[in-house]
Amino acid sequence: MSANANVLNRASDLPALPKAGAGVLDVLWLLLILAAGAGTLLTFSNTMDVYEVSIFTGSVLSLAAVGWYWRGVRGLGVAVAALTALALWRYGVHFGEQLSVGREALAAAQNKDFFLKYLVSSQSAIMWMSALYVGAAFTYFLALFTRTEYIGKIASVLVWSATAFGLSGMFARWRESYLINVDYGHIPVSNLYEVFILFSVITALIYLFYEGRFKTRALGGFVMLVISAAVAFLLWYTFDRGANVIQPLVPALDSYWMKIHVPANFIGYGSFAMAAMIAVAYLIKLKMGGDGERDLLPKLEVMDDLMYKAIALGFGFFTVATILGAMWAAEAWGGYWSWDPKETWALIVWLNYAAWLHLRLTKGWRGAPMAWWSVIGLFVTTFAFLGVNMFLSGLHSYGTL
Amino acid sequence: MNLAITLLVAVGLASVVGTVLQQNQPYGDYLMKFGPFWFEVFRALDLYDVYSAPWFLAIFTLLVVSTSACVIRNAPSMLREMFTYRSKVGENELRAMRGHVEWPHLPMSVEAAAIESRRVLFEEGFKFKESRVKEGYMFSARKGSLQRLGYVFTHVAIVVICIGGMMDSRLWLSYQELIGKLKVETRSVPLSQVPEQSRVTASNPGFRGNVNVPEGSSSSVLFLNVRDGYVVQNLPFEVAVKDFRIEHYDNGMPKSYESDLLITDPKHPSNEPVKATIAVNKPMIYNGYAIYQASFGDGGSRMQFKSWQLQGGAAGVSQPVSGAIFQDIPFSVGDSRYTLELNDFRLFNINPVTDAEGKMHEKNFGPSVVFRLRDGAGQAREYENYMAPVEMEGRAVFISGMRDQIGGVMRFLYIPADRDAQIDAFMDFYRRLHDAGQIDRAVLSMLAEVNPEAAKLPAASEAIRSMVEKFVQGGYDAIGADLETRIPKDQLERAFETSARVLQTVLSRMYVTMMQERGVQQIGGEKDERFLADSVAAINALAFYGSPIFLQLTGFEQIQASGLQITKSPGKDVVYLGSFLLMLGVFMLFYIHPRRAWVLVRESVDARGARVLFATTSHRKTLDMARASRELHQKMVIRLGAEPIRMPGARAEMDE
Ligand code: HEM
Repeated sequence: MSANANVLNRASDLPALPKAGAGVLDVLWLLLILAAGAGTLLTFSNTMDVYEVSIFTGSVLSLAAVGWYWRGVRGLGVAVAALTALALWRYGVHFGEQLSVGREALAAAQNKDFFLKYLVSSQSAIMWMSALYVGAAFTYFLALFTRTEYIGKIASVLVWSATAFGLSGMFARWRESYLINVDYGHIPVSNLYEVFILFSVITALIYLFYEGRFKTRALGGFVMLVISAAVAFLLWYTFDRGANVIQPLVPALDSYWMKIHVPANFIGYGSFAMAAMIAVAYLIKLKMGGDGERDLLPKLEVMDDLMYKAIALGFGFFTVATILGAMWAAEAWGGYWSWDPKETWALIVWLNYAAWLHLRLTKGWRGAPMAWWSVIGLFVTTFAFLGVNMFLSGLHSYGTL
Repeated sequence: MNLAITLLVAVGLASVVGTVLQQNQPYGDYLMKFGPFWFEVFRALDLYDVYSAPWFLAIFTLLVVSTSACVIRNAPSMLREMFTYRSKVGENELRAMRGHVEWPHLPMSVEAAAIESRRVLFEEGFKFKESRVKEGYMFSARKGSLQRLGYVFTHVAIVVICIGGMMDSRLWLSYQELIGKLKVETRSVPLSQVPEQSRVTASNPGFRGNVNVPEGSSSSVLFLNVRDGYVVQNLPFEVAVKDFRIEHYDNGMPKSYESDLLITDPKHPSNEPVKATIAVNKPMIYNGYAIYQASFGDGGSRMQFKSWQLQGGAAGVSQPVSGAIFQDIPFSVGDSRYTLELNDFRLFNINPVTDAEGKMHEKNFGPSVVFRLRDGAGQAREYENYMAPVEMEGRAVFISGMRDQIGGVMRFLYIPADRDAQIDAFMDFYRRLHDAGQIDRAVLSMLAEVNPEAAKLPAASEAIRSMVEKFVQGGYDAIGADLETRIPKDQLERAFETSARVLQTVLSRMYVTMMQERGVQQIGGEKDERFLADSVAAINALAFYGSPIFLQLTGFEQIQASGLQITKSPGKDVVYLGSFLLMLGVFMLFYIHPRRAWVLVRESVDARGARVLFATTSHRKTLDMARASRELHQKMVIRLGAEPIRMPGARAEMDE
């Protein structure tokens, strides 16, 4: 009895082990990002409505949070900020305070100015992004087959910098839309061309996160393949269809909902795409006889687990995106659900992965069938994303091919 | 569970149908698409309105039911489990667990071992219960139990969302229709003629309908489209459109639509009318009813026309006609009667055109009117006439599109505009071509020059004149047809060429005369040749124009209609509540990691130290869980200062 008693009171004053403490860098990061955010807000709040302010604040806070746990993002944040600042500065040099100057003047400046022409105008930034992603794909595979660590590191760097260019390209494009015509100004997530950039960037980021977390460089090549495909489409779309020309928004899209609905959606698409590419790697390894001694690819079990993680993440955000979409629809079209093809396909995608998760979590399915299924899932997703715009008509017929 | 998965997939597949086959189109279109047989088959399967088809609703309901059943089955135990510690687990049960480990003999007191063990649990953030057992302590711990709540949330959410959806669905309407209280109206008749049977009272719990309200007028009803018809939904208020505005971007694309509304409540006339401006993405809520800017259209714009006769003695003569869009104007030419149905007016017509360098860009063709011309037999042709001449390949033409069946391809008539951008010169020319005297004069003067002999005998001029007349009536085809009846095959081609040449000369002579009489000095040169050629082409085309008149839009007063969508959606908040639960639940399910752990501390067999039995599990079999349990196990090793003896079977969960 006494023994029991003193166990209790001795245990009650247990010191918790010190958790991994926040380093100076972490704090610096927070201060930097918050200062930058607050600064921007103070400078522009007079031109922003309440939604824009809250969305902006939300984005800054989440960036701060993500950067707190994921150091890689900090470097990226700084790089994007630098490239974007460079672009804004150059535009500032040419156009001073003018808010908009028209297509011709813009094009002229972009041709004249070295930095704009070769680096930071949205068009050239996107080109850099494209080149770097494709380059990264090759480099990853090179690293894979030569089993050389540092080539793999180079590949990762390529992906990081591609992403930096992609993001800054989008910011530049945002500014350019205003430069062409104040009325045109809008966040560049409004048509197929723009969301393909978003897709590449987000997919890359999700991959980079898992790479840092689970040391899975071997899978980089596979993920970059799907991004390269997106890039290929982007280039065709640019040079064959001139889709890179900035167009004004159709009234239905002119809403703050777009700013949150679209990105949420693409976190979903991106994760699903990544899951599918991991599944491909998984199936290839399975064909080549599964786990062995000197494996090129991660253990099957690990890939299977990553596949689940990606689909779980995607499912979560896709759920959010679909719900946001419904809320937007309720505001734009007068009903949260109209069985419009795009909506319906979102539901189909969602149900598909719900079924997938059920099989895995409740029936404990693993391995090849689930891998195959997530590859098929990518096709379903792709149709929801592209096919609907190409083949089906509906309320969502923006950015048709 | 298998049922659940099957249903998830089933609903997915069923939903595809409605996306590949465009829903709720006019039945006529489907009939054209599929032909009578398949049209009926598809209709029987409700494929034109899949999402309210009984079979679809059935699958959906099944899904909801099975989900509810699932929740009802699982939730209680899961919730209970959230708060229990499973402290009753006995030593042998622990031993039976995969991945348990044991320290059979630790050189420390039972209490010390107990403290170290609980310290580990404590630091790892476990909640735990300590119970005294024979010769020692039992710590039963849990972590992340909320994950179970995630399951409950996601699944309850599904049910809630679907219930909300039901509340907003057309079930009530379908029921009314089923018991014969409601009859779908398929005729397009004025509102006043819609029978009571096809009207729905404002008591309808939930609806979503549309109405076009012209500027300056108002409406207290909506139209709910049902299959190939509609029903009229009465509103408990009256909404008036004071003004409707479209703003355009500099490239002609619409930038925004907005309407100034005034809402009055007849039941409470005392109430102050409510003013509001709505726009796309900016609806208004009027006690429970949401009013949206859905579309826009014509609200009965007033049109002025010149109606140019194309036939008989009066051909090429015009008389003024005026009317309003949606109005039917009967008229007769000779003894055949027609109705002119004015369908639509468009102020802007932004069309892609290829310029000289072959670059595509948008061009505004200006105002146009769309109308149908229905003959006595009820046959209708659709026309679209542009008001102003449009620059095409370097010269200005009046454009008129014509299609002889609805949805067919438009064929175009291009009437050349004269020097002052008017249609008059062409019509003057056309008039003269119907005047036998004028034709004769031209023919004779021509013959007198080329062949004085022939000029003397009437038969020659006779023949030429009739040829000209044939051309004016039926174009080149008529001439060809006529020649075929008289000339042997082998000479046809030559004969036709000669005729065409003769025709040309006559026409150009008549043209020159006309221009002189119209007081034009220098005639001839590229412009005139072009005009003449275009006129001839136009006259040739007129043969297929299929209208006794050419309707020239000369003036208009635009009246727009604002397309309002008004909804009453009692289920909306329910759906949003469900959605919120769903988001919350899904993330809880994925990112809360449920764990359990047990530490049994007892006196070692030789009673000179402690022995510790440790096990941890999770119903989530993921690598993270495996990693976590390995870490936990390591912590124990550090705290207890000794490696355990690994039990067979332990590897499975401990290693990746
Ligand atoms: C519309 C129908 C349904 C949807 C959309 C749905 C959705 C989900 C989702 C999103 C999860 C999360 C996966 C996870 O992280 O665990 C889940 C898990 C689960 N669902 Fe469903 N579900 C549905 C119907 C059902 C039905 C009918 C059952 C039972 C027969 C069921 C049983 C379960 C179980 C047992 C889990 C696993 C919970 C866990 O492992 O923690 N679900 N469901």
